[in-house]
Amino acid sequence: MANYRDLLQQVKAEIDEVDVPRAREILESAEPPLLVDVRELDEWTEGRIPGAVHVPRGFLESRIEQAAPDRAQPIILYCAGGARSAFAAKSLGELGYENVSSLAGGYTDWKRSGLPTELPRSLDGEKRQRYSRHLLIPEVGEEGQLKLLESRILLIGAGGLGSPASLYLAAAGVGRLGIVDDDRVDASNLQRQIAHSTETLGEWKADSAKRTIEALNPDVEVVTYRERLTSENVDRILADGWDVIVDGADNFPTRYLVNDASVWHDIPVVHGSIYRFEGQVTVFKPHEGPCYRCLFPQPPPPELAPSCAEGGVLGVLPGIVGSLQASEALKLALGIGESLSGRLLLFDALATEFNEVTLRRDPDCPVCGEHPTITEYIDYVEFCSGRPTHA
Amino acid sequence: MKTVRIPPTLRSETGGKREVHAAGATVRELLDDLMSRFPGLRSQLVEEDEIAPFVNVYVGGEDVRTLEGLETEVHDGSTVILLPAMAGGS
Repeated sequence: MANYRDLLQQVKAEIDEVDVPRAREILESAEPPLLVDVRELDEWTEGRIPGAVHVPRGFLESRIEQAAPDRAQPIILYCAGGARSAFAAKSLGELGYENVSSLAGGYTDWKRSGLPTELPRSLDGEKRQRYSRHLLIPEVGEEGQLKLLESRILLIGAGGLGSPASLYLAAAGVGRLGIVDDDRVDASNLQRQIAHSTETLGEWKADSAKRTIEALNPDVEVVTYRERLTSENVDRILADGWDVIVDGADNFPTRYLVNDASVWHDIPVVHGSIYRFEGQVTVFKPHEGPCYRCLFPQPPPPELAPSCAEGGVLGVLPGIVGSLQASEALKLALGIGESLSGRLLLFDALATEFNEVTLRRDPDCPVCGEHPTITEYIDYVEFCSGRPTHA
Repeated sequence: MKTVRIPPTLRSETGGKREVHAAGATVRELLDDLMSRFPGLRSQLVEEDEIAPFVNVYVGGEDVRTLEGLETEVHDGSTVILLPAMAGGS
């Protein structure tokens, strides 16, 4: 019967090995192979070869297809000293991988040769548990969750749309949420604005939402702005540094102000609007896709544009639209998937129907077009008040 | 006949209907038919013989301004979406 030493010798004879200098050369080539660290989690967290992905040997067979779906993809495996990766290479050969090698001498030799290593950032046990359902999704995983914890999302409005959006963003572990709202919680809000409660009636919505968010997830830092967004304060608020804006405003002047500011500050906006049973959602990516002014160059005259306060809204509708906004914002923060940029999603709760229309950049857009005519903040209230002559 | 989707903000002009049928081979003919039957829509849809700047009209999911405007052809069975801006969020 073979002992471990015999078995290792036998396996090493069957697989390809590369030494550290050769591995480095291949990894620096134009088309580097996939580098897989097969060590245990505690070893991985103490340092790794830059660019490596972590697939512990115990999960190799079950998880390698996620990391390397193409059997022809070249792969270099490494462990601490080159033994476990040799066995792993043999397993991958048996799974049909055609171009697998094991790093002789492993991470120890790599480090000893003075080559670069990096300390992977990682989540502590508590966060690992809290975000475990995210960690299980390959598109999010630990890297993605760390990204979310470092991302900063600004919500315009903590009302119908801002309530569900802020709660889901908070639950997802977005590290910093800004809330701009100058309103107080009113009894008529509670039919839909789920960030507030009977207990917070009369409080500033920004403060009420902050309390709810902090109770939900203490990992989130909430920055409150108890003010109405205006041409005077918008630059100061945006200067606090935001990756994404979630626009849940309830009036046209703020919508146009958010748009112009986002184009000039180059921050993507996840736009949502609601009325009665219907909602609209899209993403405005400055200079990449259309902006709000490409979609609607002018607001309707006020008498043709009733608000929810005037026309009403089904309580759950902002829950659906605001959640779609949260989903788009998370995708933008993570840099995954296809955003709604260039598409306007229309939701009709009464018919339970989603429709989509195409949005295109307007080369003549006064703000994001080829020859912009609006280059500084205007009087948005006047612009939306009736028959504007400019723009 | 073609189907025209009426946005919620304009339904008070169409007796609450969310979809109406209209006749015509182009967007212009369709809108004319629609506005002759629901005169209240006129001020909300057109301005100086053009589609009003605060409303978008989509045929087959495309903004007709990026097609042939009011002269855009509408084929039988296709749906026309009228979409004014809505600002509500609270």
